[in-house]
Amino acid sequence: MRIDKHPILDFSSRKKIRFTFEGKEQYGFEGDTIASALHALGVKHLSDSIHKKRPRGFYCAIGNCASCNMIVDGIPNVRTCITPLKEGVDVRMQEGKGRF
Amino acid sequence: MRQAEVVIIGAGPAGLAAAKPLLDVGAEVTLIDRSAMLGGQLTKQTHMFFGSEKQHASKRGIDILKLMVEAIETYPNLTVLTETTVVGLYADKVVSCVKDDHYFKIQAQYILIAAGASEKSLPFENNDIPGVYAAGAVQTLMNVYGVKPGDRVIMVGSGNIGLIVSYQLMQAGVQVPLLLEAADTISGYLVHASKIRRLGVDIRMNTSIKRALGETSVEAAEIWQLDENWQGIEGTETIIPCDTICLSVGLAPLTELLQQAGAEVKYVRELGGHVPKINQHYETSLDAVYACGDVAGIEEASSAMISGHIAGIEIALKAGYTVANANDILPRLRHDLRNLREGPHGEKIRIGLKKLGVA
Ligand SMILES: Cc1cc2nc3c(=O)[nH]c(=O)nc-3n(C[C@H](O)[C@H](O)[C@H](O)COP(=O)(O)OP(=O)(O)OC[C@H]3O[C@@H](n4cnc5c(N)ncnc54)[C@H](O)[C@@H]3O)c2cc1C
Ligand code: FES
Repeated sequence: MRIDKHPILDFSSRKKIRFTFEGKEQYGFEGDTIASALHALGVKHLSDSIHKKRPRGFYCAIGNCASCNMIVDGIPNVRTCITPLKEGVDVRMQEGKGRF
Repeated sequence: MRQAEVVIIGAGPAGLAAAKPLLDVGAEVTLIDRSAMLGGQLTKQTHMFFGSEKQHASKRGIDILKLMVEAIETYPNLTVLTETTVVGLYADKVVSCVKDDHYFKIQAQYILIAAGASEKSLPFENNDIPGVYAAGAVQTLMNVYGVKPGDRVIMVGSGNIGLIVSYQLMQAGVQVPLLLEAADTISGYLVHASKIRRLGVDIRMNTSIKRALGETSVEAAEIWQLDENWQGIEGTETIIPCDTICLSVGLAPLTELLQQAGAEVKYVRELGGHVPKINQHYETSLDAVYACGDVAGIEEASSAMISGHIAGIEIALKAGYTVANANDILPRLRHDLRNLREGPHGEKIRIGLKKLGVA
């Protein structure tokens, strides 16, 4: 789901960044956040809500709402929409409030 | 505890504009933003700006941002903290921050809150499933990260943001078959609406979304017509396949930090929600704590830049610095701000500011 042609912006020639999602190796690009890299891979469902266990994706994409919370390198409640994607990072879906 | 003369929370157009006059007089400025990039909403605005020449109208938001950052980045008296979220603010001007999962405090002498706003949501069945996104979020995803939100988007809301983001979605190769508006008129600029209509977007008035369909993400939207009291009319429902529902239904100022510190706020509908009571110097009810930009009332980038510029000068003056030509510059900036708020599109702001008692 990457933009391939754009009249104003150029997203070509960016470095690949490897990471794992749910233990499986994936890659995104330099400049991605964790959430944008996942979305580009077609992953929209990032966590399950606290009480009703309903699927959650991102909502605001700028760090306001916590809808994109995931477990990153073992730390829960990381706002993945504003966390830059780093080489080798381990990303997992979060259930409810998450666990260390 | 870290010490700082002036802490600016938020590096959008308001915070960036405020930093410049403070750096010019030699004040030590710490500029904090939770994002990895400076620029706030400007980072995703690929369209040419409306507004006045002096605030860079007819340049793209992303280019304006470059100019604003270049204007301050080389000052030795500037400290920039990105990927840093301010999580607490206290009346004695202690700012608490989190960076890289690490907590620290800063004792400031002057604080400017330029935290901007958050996008509102809309109540409807299944509005919490993945694929229901705020319009600004979709814009960020596309224009900052180069990722499409989906292949087929239904936009809700005909304000300028809804209209502009619809256009930008099509620029990125995404279909936008439908834009829904609950009212009976388009609330943004007609030029923007005409442009997307020409590209084939069906703009439907008196229509809204009833529910989203889909298990783990959006697969369709059920829409319906509204009566004059904005109530859905039974029997008018249609199901439209789509993978994204984009909500552009307004913004609310991010005043939580100000409220936590005990600054007086007032609910003013026209300004987007709770806004701080500021005086003409942009100072809140707390001594030496200032607020400007969208956090002080939802407007636009041009006014955020001017209010930031004024607030920066006001803080410098209060701190005892001499600002060259302040007596000429301040009235001119206030005049520019009044100009921006003229005309029918500025009416809401004018009413709001009157209610707040600052106009
Ligand atoms: C789609 C769209 C199109 C627009 N088009 C135009 C246009 O054509 N012309 C125009 O004039 N205006 C336009 N605007 C409006 C304009 O972008 C905003 O009014 C303007 O950006 C407000 O500036 P600001 O500096 O107050 O806030 P923002 O730009 O929102 O910046 C606030 C900053 O504060 C940071 N922040 C918030 N809370 C914290 C915290 N606790 N800790 C650390 N950092 C924090 C945020 O990360 C952000 O970077 C548009 C807006 C949108 C969304
Ligand atoms: S989507 Fe709102 S904080 Fe990440």
